[in-house]
Amino acid sequence: MTSQYRYLEEIATADVAFEAWGATKEETFLAAADATLNTMVEEIGTVAPRERRVFSLAADSLDLLLFELLQELVYYKDAERLLLRVCDLRIEETGPGYRLHADAIGETIDPSRHPLLADVKAVTLHRLSVEKTPSGWHAVVVLDV
Amino acid sequence: MSVPKDIQRISDTVWEIPVSHKAGMLVPARIFATEKLLSEFDDGVFEQITNVATLPGIVGHACCMPDGHWGYGFPIGGLAAMDPDHGVISPGGIGFDINCGMRLCLTNLTYGEVQPRLRNLVDRVAGRVPAGVGAEGTVRLSRDEFRDAVEQGARWAVKRGFGWKEDLERTEEGGCLSGADASRVSEKAVDRGYRQIGTLGSGNHYLEIQVARAENVFDPETAKVFGIVLPDQVVVMFHCGSRGFGHQVATDYLRVFLAAMQGKYGLHVPDRELACAPFRSPEGQDYFAAMKCAVNMSFVNRQVILHRIREVFSEVFGKDPKDLGMRQVYDVSHNTAKIERHVFEGKPRELLVHRKGATRAFGPGMPGLPDVYRETGQPVILGGSMETGSYLLAGVDTGDCTFFTTAHGSGRAMSRTAARKRYRGRQLQEQMEERGIYVRTASWSGLAEEAGPAYKNIDDVVEATERAGLSRRVVRLLPMGNVKG
Repeated sequence: MTSQYRYLEEIATADVAFEAWGATKEETFLAAADATLNTMVEEIGTVAPRERRVFSLAADSLDLLLFELLQELVYYKDAERLLLRVCDLRIEETGPGYRLHADAIGETIDPSRHPLLADVKAVTLHRLSVEKTPSGWHAVVVLDV
Repeated sequence: MSVPKDIQRISDTVWEIPVSHKAGMLVPARIFATEKLLSEFDDGVFEQITNVATLPGIVGHACCMPDGHWGYGFPIGGLAAMDPDHGVISPGGIGFDINCGMRLCLTNLTYGEVQPRLRNLVDRVAGRVPAGVGAEGTVRLSRDEFRDAVEQGARWAVKRGFGWKEDLERTEEGGCLSGADASRVSEKAVDRGYRQIGTLGSGNHYLEIQVARAENVFDPETAKVFGIVLPDQVVVMFHCGSRGFGHQVATDYLRVFLAAMQGKYGLHVPDRELACAPFRSPEGQDYFAAMKCAVNMSFVNRQVILHRIREVFSEVFGKDPKDLGMRQVYDVSHNTAKIERHVFEGKPRELLVHRKGATRAFGPGMPGLPDVYRETGQPVILGGSMETGSYLLAGVDTGDCTFFTTAHGSGRAMSRTAARKRYRGRQLQEQMEERGIYVRTASWSGLAEEAGPAYKNIDDVVEATERAGLSRRVVRLLPMGNVKG
C-alpha cells in the first residue's frame, strides 16, 4: 500500500504537520499512525514486529479519538522505548462518542537499525481535524517535536 | 507573508494590532520587532497572538517577541500576563516542553587550549549525555524517588552530588518552583520521564562548546561580572527541557481543560490548543502544581547534564572542574507560567505570567536575582542556530513593557519539512567542519532541519530586543563544537 499521508510545509514552522487520508475512517487513522511513526523513524519498514500492545480508547469525537491513538504511540516511545505500527484497527460509534480497538506491533528503539528522526513530544489540538470527504476521509495533525 | 492591514506602529520597534481586529479580543496585541523582522513573520503569528488577546483575565497586551513564529495555541515568542483572580491558565501558553530552557557554563580555557581536544570533548559529551528519540539517561532511580526529585528540583540533584550549591543561586527560581505537588501528576507522566534524567532530547535541543572572541564582547564590565574575562574564552551552552514527563503533564491537562472549559466554566477559545481553566479553579490549581513538577524536572535534567559536562572536561584536561573555572553563569526558562509581582498601571500587582518561547529578563535590582547580578540585571542566554552563534544578554530597567520578558533564540523562519528538502545532514556536517565547527548528531535529517538558514538572523533579533528596550547585548558567542539532539 502506498503511504496515504503527506507532510505539510506551510503550517506550524517549528513542528511537524501532516495530512492523512483513506477510503474509510480506519484507513485514515492507520495512515495518521504511520505518519506519526515516520516522524520518529525514517524507514518505518525497519521496525520489526516483535512486541504487541493492545489499544482500547474512547473519545467524544473522531478527531479527539485520533488524538488519543497518536498520543499512545508517543507514550510507548518514552515509557517502554517502543516504536509501534498500528494494525487491525476498529472504530465503533457508542451513542455519544466513539471507541477504538487496535493492535500495535513493533520493537524497542535500536538506533543502529532504526534511522531516527525527531522525538515527538506531543500531539497538539492545533488545526486537528478528521473529516468526511466525497472520496473518503481526511485528517490534519500537528505534532510538537 | 501578510502583516495585518490594521496594525499600527507605536514606536521604532513596537507594533500594535487593535482590539477591533478580531471579535473577542480583550486587549490589543503587541509585536516587538524591527520593520524587517515584522515583514518576515509568518501568518500564524498574527492569528495566534490575536487569539491570545481573547483569553479571559489577560492584562496589558498580548505580546510577541522578535523571534516569534507560528506555534500551536500561543505563537512561539508569546507572552500573556493574567489577573490570577479573574483570569485563566492555559497549557497552550506554556507549551508541551515545560521549562525548556538554556544553561551556560564557563571555563577558564581559551580557544587555543580547547581546539586541539575538541573532537575528543564533543565525542565524550555525546557519549555521556544521551540524545535523540526515546533516549534513556544514566541516573537510575525509582518512581518514588523521581516524584521527590520533581518536587525538589535542582536541589535534589545537587544533594545527590550532581553539581555545586552555587549552581542553584545561578538558576532561575533557585532551580525549584515551590508548590510542586507530584500527587497532581499522572502515572503515565512518571512512566515517560523517570528514566530520562540527564538526556538532551531532539529537534532544536543541543549542547554547544562556544568561544567568546574579544571583538564580540560588547560590554566588558558586565561580561566580567558574568565571568567572561579571558580573550577567546571557551564556554558551554545547552538547550533542553522536561522530556517526556513534561510533555505528558501538558497533554494530561490539555484533556482535563478541554473537558471542563465549556460545560463547567462557559469558556470559549478560538483554538482548542488554547484550552484553559480559571486559575483559581481546582483544575487550574492542579495543573499549576503539576506544571511546577515539570519545571523542576527540567531543572534536574539540566543540572545533571551540567555535571556530565564537568566530568568530561575534567577527564580530558586532567583537572578538577573547579580548577577549570566551570562555574555556571545562569539557567533560564522558556516555557512557564509563574506568579510574579510587577508594577502594572502604577500599582504593584501579582500576575500570572505565561511565557512560551520567551525568556524572563529581570532588570538591575529586581528581587529574585542573585546578589552577584543585582547591578548588571539578569543574564539572558539566547541560543542561535548551530551555524551562526548565540548571545549572552542582560535584562534592563525598561523591560517593564513586557513584564521583563525578551526573546529566547533566533526563531525559526523555515519549516522543518522545507529545511529537510533543502539541506542534507552529512553534507552540512562536512561544510561546518571546513569552517572549524565539529558536529555530532543523533539524526542526520534532524541536523538538516537545524541548518542556519532555517532560522532568522540572530543579530536582527538581538538588535530588535535592544532597540525595544527588552534586553541589551553583552557577548556574542560563536560555535566550536556541537552535540545535536
